Amino acid sequence: MSTLDSTREFFRRDQVWPFLAPEQAAVNVDNQMILYVEDLNLSFDGFKALNNLNLYINDGELRCLIGANGAGKTTLMDVITGKTQCDSGTVFFGQNHNLLNKDEAEIAQLGIGRKFQKPTVFEEQTVFDNLELSLKTDKRVLPTLFSRLTPTQIDRIDEVLKTIGLAKQRFMLAGSLSHGQKQWLEIGMLLAADPRLLLIDEPVAGMTAQETERTAELLTSLAGERTVIVVEHDMEFVRSIARTVTVLHQGSVLAEGTMDQIQSNKDVIEVYLGEEAASEKAQTIAGATA
Amino acid sequence: MTRLTAWFTEGRSTGKHTLPFVVILLGVTILASAANLFLPADSIFYVSTYTITLLGKYLCYAMLALAVDIIWGYCGILSLGHGAFFALGGYAMGMYLMRQIGDRGVYGNPILPDFMVFLDWKELPWFWLGMDQFWFAMLMAVFIPGLLAFVFGWLAFRSRVTGVYLSIMTQALTYALLLAFFRNEMGFGGNNGLTDFKEILGFSLQADSTRVALFLITAILLAVIFVISQKILSSRFGKVVLAIRDSESRSRFIGYRTDRYKVWLFVYSAVIAGIAGALYVPQVGIINPGEFSPINSIEMVIWVAVGGRGTLIGAVIGALLVNYAKTRFTAIMPDAWLFALGAMFVLVTLYLPKGLMGLYGQLKAKRNSVTKKESQA
Repeated sequence: MSTLDSTREFFRRDQVWPFLAPEQAAVNVDNQMILYVEDLNLSFDGFKALNNLNLYINDGELRCLIGANGAGKTTLMDVITGKTQCDSGTVFFGQNHNLLNKDEAEIAQLGIGRKFQKPTVFEEQTVFDNLELSLKTDKRVLPTLFSRLTPTQIDRIDEVLKTIGLAKQRFMLAGSLSHGQKQWLEIGMLLAADPRLLLIDEPVAGMTAQETERTAELLTSLAGERTVIVVEHDMEFVRSIARTVTVLHQGSVLAEGTMDQIQSNKDVIEVYLGEEAASEKAQTIAGATA
Repeated sequence: MTRLTAWFTEGRSTGKHTLPFVVILLGVTILASAANLFLPADSIFYVSTYTITLLGKYLCYAMLALAVDIIWGYCGILSLGHGAFFALGGYAMGMYLMRQIGDRGVYGNPILPDFMVFLDWKELPWFWLGMDQFWFAMLMAVFIPGLLAFVFGWLAFRSRVTGVYLSIMTQALTYALLLAFFRNEMGFGGNNGLTDFKEILGFSLQADSTRVALFLITAILLAVIFVISQKILSSRFGKVVLAIRDSESRSRFIGYRTDRYKVWLFVYSAVIAGIAGALYVPQVGIINPGEFSPINSIEMVIWVAVGGRGTLIGAVIGALLVNYAKTRFTAIMPDAWLFALGAMFVLVTLYLPKGLMGLYGQLKAKRNSVTKKESQA
């Protein structure tokens, strides 16, 4: 390449130098795809927690991840949210954000919200304060020090309070809420941040049937506008919300499809119900044919 | 309108102690000062200069307790090395006072302090330059502790060191400084430290009026720092700090860079400790490496624990009470003081996990529920 060409390349008018490009560029979802997870590998002391895992999530989808303990569901979430470094592979948020070189705070500011398995809310603060802290605002130190609640923000908090049904508890300490209410508050905290992608780990653990039903309603109503990934063990719950289900097994994707497809998938039956059940089934089939 | 008042009273009631505190603090200070300056020495209301100095010392400790409480009570970072920041602030003031002695020292050297003449040094070390200027020395009294806290905090919090490990590191920090300042070659007077001060800004340190003025300034600064801290901690920044204390990973996952918040809070706390140290030295008249000793730093934590961590007022009350007890105790049974301190810490940890302020809260809640029952019946 001649000097002139390289100079031209350097001063290309249709591009911005990388260091000048705004960090918070909008998430590019031109291909209707919001999350690309490719060839992800991670091992802890020889144990392969993630093994060549590939996963694509469409924009606006509600996806359920299921799998036995140790299948890598939570580890996958840890990698996506920047809590754990993976050994190899790529994770892209939209087409333009490489999540692997970002830390938890940056990833959260990009619009990825995460709910933990065990509800974690700020117990010593009120429900209102919990939501205020989660609002989508400038989260650097100085702007936070001088920030004031604007009327728009109060409205936003009220709206979220209504959505999660905690409007009456707004000035209660989060620590005095019931288990189910804490789960909702945590979901509310995610909503207040106005995220693009929600990663939700076992939302109905420890909830009553009624609460579970309301949670299912809430999650299905979120999909479309936002993308939701739910990890859950409760099969009834998964059936009630999921359109697409991904089954993880030993750190990689075993099967993907609708709930009915999954339940009739041979591999899944084998893994989930154990080899015994599979062989029993095989025997019954064999018996029937004989 | 009722919604608005509810919002104010229920939602954010952190600042309710501020006004009474400031009024009482300044009121007592002014009364004590006036009683010292304007009453004859044989009046029963006369406050001796010794008492004034003692009170001034207590207020410095209160300020220090405030600094420890901000970082421990509000952010959950147990620093066992806050004595280091206090002593560094004190040394900055000490260096200024040392330079103020001029040629009135034992050796009469107009530039070099006595201990340097004694060590046969020919010229002032570079870090003593400029310390003859009051403004520069005061700048250093906040800058050096702040810088140390920044570097230490940046390294520790960025590597996500927390809990006991961090406490041990802070303890090691103050111990390392203790050993360093003991060395004569450091140029800070070795184990004798800096003393024999004559005057501050041209006012004799022995004069009653100077003592009273220092006491007043300490009280005013304590009030100002109290109000500023209250403001900071009730802002959204303060809420983030509480959030970090209660669940740091959750705070990270909602987008806060928790390490930066912790670093700046640590720096703020160290600066307050530095100011407390700078006010302490002219009142007690000496600063030596003993101030760096880890035991001092642990004592500060006990003040806060006794008063009630997580409330600024608790830290102040704890520091005042424990130090008053110390003054009385060491006069009656000097050897028993450390046992008493230890016993106090154990008792508070066991029976008053929230300190005296927690006890006050419990009593109030009890009384409220009683009155509620009565009104219902």
